[in-house]
Amino acid sequence: MPTEPEHKSENVLLNAQNISVRFDDHVVLSGANVKVRAGNIVTLIGPNGAGKTSLVKAMLGLIKPSTGTVVRQKGLSIGYMPQRLNLDPALPMTVRRFLQLGIQPGHGKTLKALQEVGALEVAETPLQMISGGELQRVMLARALLREPDLLVLDEPVQGVDITGQAELYKLINSIRKQRNVGVLMVSHDLHVVMAQTDHVVCINRHVCCAGHPEAVSRHPEFVALFGDEVASTLAVYAHNHDHHHDLNGHVVEEHCKHDHG
Amino acid sequence: MDDFLTRAILGGIAVAITAGPLGVFVVWRRMAYFGGALSHTALLGVALGFLMGVQPGLGVAFVVVATALMLGLINGTKGLSLDTLLGIIAHAALAAGLIVVGMLKGVRIDLMGYLFGDILSVGKNDVIWLWGGAVVVLLALVKLWRPLLSVTVHADLAHVEGVSVRWTEVTFMVLLAIVVALAMKVVGIVLVTSMLVIPAAAARSFSKTPEAMAFWAVALGIVSVVTGLWASYTFDAPAGPAIVAASAVLFAASLLKR
Repeated sequence: MPTEPEHKSENVLLNAQNISVRFDDHVVLSGANVKVRAGNIVTLIGPNGAGKTSLVKAMLGLIKPSTGTVVRQKGLSIGYMPQRLNLDPALPMTVRRFLQLGIQPGHGKTLKALQEVGALEVAETPLQMISGGELQRVMLARALLREPDLLVLDEPVQGVDITGQAELYKLINSIRKQRNVGVLMVSHDLHVVMAQTDHVVCINRHVCCAGHPEAVSRHPEFVALFGDEVASTLAVYAHNHDHHHDLNGHVVEEHCKHDHG
Repeated sequence: MDDFLTRAILGGIAVAITAGPLGVFVVWRRMAYFGGALSHTALLGVALGFLMGVQPGLGVAFVVVATALMLGLINGTKGLSLDTLLGIIAHAALAAGLIVVGMLKGVRIDLMGYLFGDILSVGKNDVIWLWGGAVVVLLALVKLWRPLLSVTVHADLAHVEGVSVRWTEVTFMVLLAIVVALAMKVVGIVLVTSMLVIPAAAARSFSKTPEAMAFWAVALGIVSVVTGLWASYTFDAPAGPAIVAASAVLFAASLLKR
């Protein structure tokens, strides 16, 4: 089983070792190891209740793991995009104001970040009035405003339609390349993720398998977890991605059409 | 400062200007029930104040702040929701307060005054205390505003961005406890939550930013105090309830604006 990500640079941003999380007597996760390097996208996948979010929260210091250590690179700046925003409708707040909450007030900065994620037109709209896809972009903008070395994204395409999902992953990928940030991402929509990821960690209460997407999708534990059919389609996607990556890095869907259509 | 009505208005305004900006957070954070529970513990403070021979106001401040701190520390409850816990604490404390008050010998306590407010009996010293408390709370809130707003929008996100979430929340609860103790004099234990929640809710219709909503809550609170006292004077209605009724009318009117 290959465990090393494809980029071998030793610039480790965040290193979580032997992380276990328990709530009262209930063990949610045991002995997980995850390493995120600069310029790498690491994706945690697994079924609901597998402990993905708990692992992320432990890595961010939001909850205390019952065992294990998390080592951050010195001076590491983290941009975090939480799974959901549960804002009371009585709180009047525009998108722009929401972005300013995370930084010292600076006028042009927030608009620039909105432009980068392609959500400039909602700058003055109340947060409660924007669509799910716009909200995800806005939260990504807030994470980017921290000028992060590491982006932590918990289900970044939640509540976004299929085309929007592909676009959002494409955006994340281009941000990763442009800024050379590390990305730690939680997801369970497998297809697109597998194509846009360098390193997959498959979790179900423990780390089932980890490695390059193509290898993981053939791993017996992965097949057992997600079923034969899913696994075999993923292998095709992963293969397409590899092939395509060498050319110029467009999204997989376009490539599929180009190849088979 | 000689006229009882002037003192009542001054005292009422002191409460309105602190209840406004804290009240908007009570609304945003969905803590109306929390404020109610805090105020219900106040009677126990009154009783303890008499028992120990100190000012009832000090007893109230002590018990309410202690309750707030306790609730802040056990925020992550085991098996029971905070909502249920608040329901238990609120009414257990109110019952205990009534029992202790009943057992006090040789002291006659104006129970109605504590339960429903006694703003018309506000003295010179009370006005000074109310304004002193208001200034302290407002200064603290100015410091707390940014982190508290950030925590209110998303606690985990605020934590990752370097805000001390626990400290911010506990400080807020203590400020809230102080305002409850102050507002008790004006509208009484039973109606304290209304001073926090109703002007803030009415302010929503007029506000595009969090700060604007806080200012509107203050303005509407002051209008409620003044019109409530006027109605009380003109129609001989009880003052505390008249203030609350005035704010409720303002809230109803604000709905028309939407």
